[in-house]
Amino acid sequence: MANTNFEKYKSDGSLQGNVLEWVDARFPLTASIKGHLTEYYAPKNFNFWYFFGSLALLVLVIQIVTGIFLVMHYKPDASLNADGVPVAFASVEYIMRDVPWGWMIRYMHSTGASAFFIVVYLHMFRGLMYGSYRKPRELTWLFGVGIFLCLMGEAFFGYLLPWGQMSFWGAQVIVNLFSAIPFVGEPLSIWLRGDFVIGDATLNRFFSFHVIAFPLVIIGLIAAHILALHETGSNNPDGVEIKAKKDDKGIPLDGIPFHPYYTVKDIVGVVVFLMVFSAIMFFSPEGGGYFLERPNFYPADPLKTPPHIAPVWYFTPFYSILRAVVWPIFGIDAKFWGVVAMGASVVIFAFLPWLDRSPVKSIRYRGPIYKAFLTLFVISFFILGYLGTQSPSYWGEKISQLCSLIYFGFFLLMPWYSKVDKYRPAPDRVTK
Amino acid sequence: MSNECKVDCGRRRLVVATAAVGGVGAVAALVPFVSSMLPSERAKAAGAPVEVDISKLEPGQMMTVEWRGKPVWILHRNQEMLETLPKLDGEMADPKSDKKMQPDYAKNGTRSIKPEILVTVGICTHLGCSPSSKFKKGADEGMSADWLGGFLCPCHGSTFDFAGRVYKAKPAPDNLEVPPHYYVADNRILIGEDKKGA
Repeated sequence: MANTNFEKYKSDGSLQGNVLEWVDARFPLTASIKGHLTEYYAPKNFNFWYFFGSLALLVLVIQIVTGIFLVMHYKPDASLNADGVPVAFASVEYIMRDVPWGWMIRYMHSTGASAFFIVVYLHMFRGLMYGSYRKPRELTWLFGVGIFLCLMGEAFFGYLLPWGQMSFWGAQVIVNLFSAIPFVGEPLSIWLRGDFVIGDATLNRFFSFHVIAFPLVIIGLIAAHILALHETGSNNPDGVEIKAKKDDKGIPLDGIPFHPYYTVKDIVGVVVFLMVFSAIMFFSPEGGGYFLERPNFYPADPLKTPPHIAPVWYFTPFYSILRAVVWPIFGIDAKFWGVVAMGASVVIFAFLPWLDRSPVKSIRYRGPIYKAFLTLFVISFFILGYLGTQSPSYWGEKISQLCSLIYFGFFLLMPWYSKVDKYRPAPDRVTK
Repeated sequence: MSNECKVDCGRRRLVVATAAVGGVGAVAALVPFVSSMLPSERAKAAGAPVEVDISKLEPGQMMTVEWRGKPVWILHRNQEMLETLPKLDGEMADPKSDKKMQPDYAKNGTRSIKPEILVTVGICTHLGCSPSSKFKKGADEGMSADWLGGFLCPCHGSTFDFAGRVYKAKPAPDNLEVPPHYYVADNRILIGEDKKGA
């Protein structure tokens, strides 16, 4: 009746117009294209930091497409083949050596994993700088934190699949994190592994999570992330609401249609990104031992931990926080508190919208205290990341404890320093 | 909330009851899926004890065998190694092995049945890595100068002495686990079972 698109989209009489009218009466095609692309008004002052959202989407597509083809040849099987090599490990070698172009598809996938975290970290940093998490975009931010958590799970499950030494011992350590939870920890970790040790049962369920469960959830969360964003409209480097100033047609004065303006701009970002991505994929797919760790070229050996084990680089800041906690508290082991600290260091991002009490959103109008805290936070994040790749040492422990304090201080002291900090009033309209 | 029902209250109650019963059904349907992730009957059965011949194990040597998918170390401690143990009591988190990380017959100064033979699961009690041997005294193997020998976990730096006791203020909370075991013969150990009648 009234709520049909039939009235809204009338054919101009051409064949194309007639087909479109037929579709629009049955499916909101034109309405969706208009609402999300050609009549979705984004602020006109986006800078290069705004590339990383669309790049994250591109990497997701790369991971899904390459993943589909890898599954055609990969076998999640921990039993030993006739040569005494685990079948899963051998199937990855088979992809690398015998499957036509298999090496490239796998390197795309492994480089894509690191690329995913690089663009997501930059995307999150953009949010920190410009206050993108602030009201009214709290839900966009929360969906984003959910995506980040799932992405960490997705990466962790995927890392077990090649069944190398680092795969095996990395999974061993992370699953044992759960055993630190008082009372339920031990049964919980057995339930997660499906066995008393990391084994074939674990490999198969991680494969299932990696290729079905987590990708589905991630895609759903991304849809929610974008729908929530398009409901409020995008933030921008000035942190001002463009919807506050509209012309007589109701279009924001500082807004431009996402398509064609930002689709074309994003293509530039895609080209630059693919140049860097290809350079790594073709010339340094191991990323100096950071993207593909060397011990993972040895098949999993449950009897021998490699002399130096470290998670892949994108987990190392959180891993350092785990290692920084060495004292028992309230009579519960340090191990449990380390796990709590590591979990908190990720989940604490979700509370940002309510921790920040500054009158302005963007770093452009904030005072020196916030800038100092954000700088220290980023430096600590890098130092924690570096220390997480290194063997434990006395000074490494002390420095990671200091950096963990700064890391949490950035969040927990924010209600205080964001309020007392100086600021310049944000303008009514976006600047250049 | 208003107390008066503008809709048919009887039907509303039926809707609530139906939803509640449906919810119980949905939760019940989770049980088989959650349970399917527990160790299977086959996984539970694969825990047979292992018999080991230690006649060729010289003092100072260590061998590793697999039991339930885990490394079990058998360390033949020489006199020098055994002498370090009492000296380290003050530096240990649990010097007298009060926590139940060993069967009662191994709750002693050397955490073993025979003083020189240590049988222990080579899995760090922190997060499950397998510690590396650092048997040389001093800084030769990258340890501190006052190191008396023992094991270092490469993952998070926990250190253990020659009885598998953990040093204080390290991430690992407990001493290494001593599995149930007994001597079938003088030089043969059965790992995974207590001695019958013991």
